Amino acid sequence: MSEHADTPDGKPIDRSIPSALADLFQEVILDHYRRPRNKGSLEEPTHTITMNNPLCGDVIELSLSVKADRIDDVRYEGRGCSISQAAVSMMTERLKGAKLGEARALSEKFTRLLHGEEDLQRDEKLGDLRALAGVSKFPVRIKCALLGFNCLDELVGEPAAGDREPGSGQGEQR
Amino acid sequence: MKTAVVAPPYDIDAVRQDFPILQERVNGQPLVYLDSAASSQRPRAVIDAIRQHYETSHANVHRGAHELSVRATEAYENARSCVAAHIGAEDAAEIVFVRGTTEAINLVAGSLGSTRFGPGDEILLTKMEHHSNIVPWQLLAERTGATLRFVDVSPEGRLVMDDYGRMLSERTRLVGVTHISNSLGVINPVKEIAALAHEAGALCLVDGAQAAPHLALDMGALGCDFYAFSGHKMCGPTGIGALWGRRAILEEMPPYQGGGEMIDSVTLEGSTWAPLPHKFEAGTPNIAGAVGLGAAIRYLEGVGLDAIRRYETELAGYALERLGEIEGLRIYGPADGRVGVLSFTYRDVHAHDLATILDQRGIAIRAGHHCNQPLMEHLGVDATARASLYLYNTPREVDALCEALHLAGELFCRTH
Repeated sequence: MSEHADTPDGKPIDRSIPSALADLFQEVILDHYRRPRNKGSLEEPTHTITMNNPLCGDVIELSLSVKADRIDDVRYEGRGCSISQAAVSMMTERLKGAKLGEARALSEKFTRLLHGEEDLQRDEKLGDLRALAGVSKFPVRIKCALLGFNCLDELVGEPAAGDREPGSGQGEQR
Repeated sequence: MKTAVVAPPYDIDAVRQDFPILQERVNGQPLVYLDSAASSQRPRAVIDAIRQHYETSHANVHRGAHELSVRATEAYENARSCVAAHIGAEDAAEIVFVRGTTEAINLVAGSLGSTRFGPGDEILLTKMEHHSNIVPWQLLAERTGATLRFVDVSPEGRLVMDDYGRMLSERTRLVGVTHISNSLGVINPVKEIAALAHEAGALCLVDGAQAAPHLALDMGALGCDFYAFSGHKMCGPTGIGALWGRRAILEEMPPYQGGGEMIDSVTLEGSTWAPLPHKFEAGTPNIAGAVGLGAAIRYLEGVGLDAIRRYETELAGYALERLGEIEGLRIYGPADGRVGVLSFTYRDVHAHDLATILDQRGIAIRAGHHCNQPLMEHLGVDATARASLYLYNTPREVDALCEALHLAGELFCRTH
């Protein structure tokens, strides 16, 4: 009774890939999703934290080795969507050798990128992370892209004045 | 190209017209709503009943001597009778209005806890329960020292009934089971489960959240002691649901919450309780919600529960067949004895990514663990995509889903 060549309102199906989706799932993102960089764990991390997104189940464990205010090495373990996993993989690439201040600046810039600041799409300090600019058009996915950076912020973020309670994650500094 | 051979036993176009939201467009596309297992949509009859209640009949119930209070009380109690008749309850006093399935289970766990459970007692659940039929019992176990045990689920997605038989013992005080799994769509043999529970001397609570929207129910025939369901999954409003309980058991249970409405008399020294069901309905209830639930039930009965079930079974069969043709797509749950709640994974495309892609095509599905984390772990997946069908869905919408999945495959294969 119903032939299936049409959309539910009877129009022919448009089989092209919508540009917003092509922007969201850029090839470099899929590449990081399938060939994650710095995945694993450090033998002797100075900082480690596991955070999850209880609504969708994405999980990231971030481990840092910080020496003299500089991130010597970084690894992560994680499960979840392409956005959360690609973002953390890209983040680790930018963190190796970075000073803590630079790491904080990266986090702040990336957050602004996700909220649609277009200038930042040309900021080379963001590296592959710039490919995630398309997330700004999908507000419900911003929390996915930020999960890895939330871990970073918990570990090395600037303490708010007079307040350095551990956050909601199970953070641990060794 | 294939032609769908699904013939609805009712006028599907007319039914779709009854649901105003189905005319919406989403992301520039006609809405394809495949998330009714999370929350169904409402027909105009329900929306109108709620509006009419507020426009013509609203006051507080069981209180006033004035005309509006009489009308409101009548409407509220008529809704209760409507629910009772719909599920084959002997007595409307066995229907307690609650916020939904979750509150119904919390009511039973909260009220029974103090009287029936102690260290060494067991509560037998299954590995396919929704968090709402796990967590209230975990809280109860913490309070009372009772132990929780979980019946296994087969790789095909059915309860392992031998396992159930083995785990039942004289220590089992209560068996809690979902009538239909919200992830697997499988219909569990609750009649048999209840009978075995009673043989072992245990009570049986059935989570009917996913069953009440789809199945004609008869409490007398089912044989359980408690049945819990939500209005919003069966075309009714949010914030209203019902707990059915056997009168004799409800009578002996202490109140769940205290306040107005649930008392017989109050002195500063103590209080006595109102008769059933008011003992369990402290405070002003969701009057308009109950009226809306009554209207939803009348609507579903007007279309016909049996007709709906027949159509949905055919539509689910068609969806399983079409989805089964897609390479790299894996469906969870059995091929038969199920409803159209279709959980799946597709290649290495994560469920959230699928949901985002489908949303761009106007298609609403659920992605994640579906409040089923223990089951997901058991299945060895982090998350699944879930398309769920209801009386207003069409084969064309199933086709739209399949087309959009092809798009997702293309999008994720650009680098392959």
